[in-house]
Amino acid sequence: MTPLLEIRDLSVAFRTRRRDVTAVENVSMEILPGQTVAVVGESGSGKSTTAAAVNRLLPANGRITGGQVLFDGRDLVKASAREMSAIRGAGIGLVPQDPMSNLNPLMRIGDQIAEALEVHGVATGKAARARVLELLNLVGIPDPARRIGQYPHEFSGGMRQRALIAMGLACRPKLLIADEPTSALDVTVQRRILDQLEQLTAEMGTAVFLITHDLALAAERADVVAVMHQGRIVETGKAGEILAEPEHEYTRRLLGAVPSLSSVRVAEPERAAEDLVVVEGLRKVFPIRGTGEELTAVDAVSFAIPRGRTVSIVGESGSGKSTTANLLLGLDGATSGSIRFDGTDLAGLGRRELFAFRRRVQPVFQNPYASLDPRYPVGKSIAEPLRVHRVGGAAERKKAAAELLEKVSLPASMADRLPHELSGGQRQRVAIARALALSPELVVLDEAVSALDVLVQAQILELLAELQRELGLSYLFISHDLAVVRMISHAVHVMRNGRIVESGTAEDIFDHPEQDYTRELLAAIPGAGPSGERGGERGGGQG
Amino acid sequence: MRLRNRILTTVGTLFGVAVLVFVMLRAIPGDQITAGLGTEAAALTPAQRQALEQYYGLDQSLFTQFFSWLGNMLTGNFGYSARQQQSVLDLTLHSLPVTIELAVLSIVLALLIGVPLGMLAASRTNSARDALGQVVSLAGLSVPAFLLATTLLSVFAASFGFNPNGQGFATLADDPLLNLRQMLLPALVLGFGIAAPILRTTRTAVLEVRSEDFVRTARAKGVPERRLQVRHVLGNALVPIVTMTGLQFGYLLGGAVVVEQIFSVPGIGRQVLLGIQQKEYAVVQSTVLVIALAFVLVNLLTDALYRVIDPRVRAS
Repeated sequence: MTPLLEIRDLSVAFRTRRRDVTAVENVSMEILPGQTVAVVGESGSGKSTTAAAVNRLLPANGRITGGQVLFDGRDLVKASAREMSAIRGAGIGLVPQDPMSNLNPLMRIGDQIAEALEVHGVATGKAARARVLELLNLVGIPDPARRIGQYPHEFSGGMRQRALIAMGLACRPKLLIADEPTSALDVTVQRRILDQLEQLTAEMGTAVFLITHDLALAAERADVVAVMHQGRIVETGKAGEILAEPEHEYTRRLLGAVPSLSSVRVAEPERAAEDLVVVEGLRKVFPIRGTGEELTAVDAVSFAIPRGRTVSIVGESGSGKSTTANLLLGLDGATSGSIRFDGTDLAGLGRRELFAFRRRVQPVFQNPYASLDPRYPVGKSIAEPLRVHRVGGAAERKKAAAELLEKVSLPASMADRLPHELSGGQRQRVAIARALALSPELVVLDEAVSALDVLVQAQILELLAELQRELGLSYLFISHDLAVVRMISHAVHVMRNGRIVESGTAEDIFDHPEQDYTRELLAAIPGAGPSGERGGERGGGQG
Repeated sequence: MRLRNRILTTVGTLFGVAVLVFVMLRAIPGDQITAGLGTEAAALTPAQRQALEQYYGLDQSLFTQFFSWLGNMLTGNFGYSARQQQSVLDLTLHSLPVTIELAVLSIVLALLIGVPLGMLAASRTNSARDALGQVVSLAGLSVPAFLLATTLLSVFAASFGFNPNGQGFATLADDPLLNLRQMLLPALVLGFGIAAPILRTTRTAVLEVRSEDFVRTARAKGVPERRLQVRHVLGNALVPIVTMTGLQFGYLLGGAVVVEQIFSVPGIGRQVLLGIQQKEYAVVQSTVLVIALAFVLVNLLTDALYRVIDPRVRAS
């Protein structure tokens, strides 16, 4: 069979201030008609750039420096702007990554999908509307007749992604580029949407070029998997073979780092320990703007955090887990219920006492890019809590910053660097160092490793476990990622719609889940389902 | 709830303007009597002066003056201009439409210059066309209106014999053609000045929107470049452009004094200026309040436009 898409020796460079940086180097691969090929790699590996080069939508400073992209026998590298317009959408569809930013906020959903049909002359007017209704129905959007006239802000993330899939498939393209199509969504939504996408492309005979950072997801969904590292494809093979017998050293490292339900736990076995934090009957109600109604974000939540232990709260977006974290940090007041920290109720604290309390509880947030001041050198950021709480003089604080950097395995010389000079993993280490500056007893980690690539994620988790052993820290670990939670937790609470639906030790929750919701969450993890079974024991209690 | 807040802040703003203009006018030395009589005012006997003060209502307490003026305004009595022998309401009914016409023409010209040039400048940053946009906007911002106005006036009158503003002013109803000829130069001067901020706003907004994900997605769907720029980019850039336009429009309603004076356009700015020269308190106070009200209304209109442009504003 002749390949639908053949990439030959493709190289892409980005022009930076001083020189050209090669992002993709001599990449060759092919996709047969109807086939699904996944390209897996970490951020910066060049996988998205490769995809963008195929339909020639590279950022303004990027250009193809060599090679060919043969689509249906035509070299797209040489195609004119007009020819590319005709191919995009009609021959090559795109499902982008972030459903929140990829729809025009001022246009109705229906009009945006219809536009794809109109610009390629597939259908206009009433015929286009009928086709859009059919597409909305196909991608699983209920009540399409009403939805067609709505704007993006009236859609949830999952619904938006469905609309984007409808848009990408509107003209029945021969190839669909899906660039991390579900990484911004909750796991249960992720699974449903991928199922839908798989079914639709199979029906239409559309080949899929799947870009993902998730090796398990790639193996589960693709026929062929290519692993990219530093702009090159290091390994290509059938999905099952790559997982079973990775040949390249990098693929093996990647596989080893993937937190899975079968991963060895970092945490030590449970011993009796006194409770540092006791939360009882916690409830938080927010007024919904403009309606006079109220939203109960957290309801009847009770749990305890023993000293030196990690307690995790897992749940999907909107489950109330981050609100719970904010209440515990004293950033927000509870509507009712109590949080006792070392025997003292937070609700009764005055301003000065709250200030003192904050020394003992420190946060690490999800986004290492946003949580550091871009104008502060790293050392200054780390020493800032010391300055705020008037600990030591300038020289002592500088020394403390150097020691903290070493504690998180960064060279002390890094203190003078600015955040933009650091990688994501290094920044998160800096954020952890800052959290440790005041020698807190409790660290609240709100999705602290979610934005990191798997290899980096594994290193940070190890660091956290090490620091816990060394300093006797207690962690409240907030995450949507059950596999990561299993690696680090002593106790786990599953939250849904503001309530804790299931609690237990990590083993209880993962090996013997009692609630349907917990089972659904476990099953939705790529690699845990029936088709993605990997070596080692399986986590979920059902098939 | 929202509407009530809106009305309350509007009333509060207008009341503040009223207090401010009332106090400031009285802080200026001299009054209507001295301004009207000039040096002869010194020759007034105390009795004459008292009679005049009584006539103008200047003998009453400031408190009474303030509230009787406000109360009268609410009943439609804006006061009387002794100098022009006309009620302020009549004066305003003649001058306000002229100013509004001038403002609308200026804004239209400014948009016609600013938006296309802004889009052009954004289409290729740091290119010749971007530089052209920068030059135009810098000129618009830095050349003072009085200089441009007098230059245009002398060049057109001396070299081309085009001087429609030399004859008596014709309203749109009197003689539309003459009116438009008389409006041309002042609108051009004002429009050029306002085109600059609009150009800059357009350029920035277009650049920002162009790098949005949804624009790339639209491109990936096969939308041709021209349609992409108009439907996806310009549409989303409109909100800041409308904001800037609304601000400038409000400013034009009161701020065109110099240009109106140079081109002898009997607008509301000129009415205030004459009032200040003559210290006719009623004229200045009432006219300024009308201008403030117009400003507030333009702001309301701008907000209403957001709702038309952006469905998210409608929802919240």
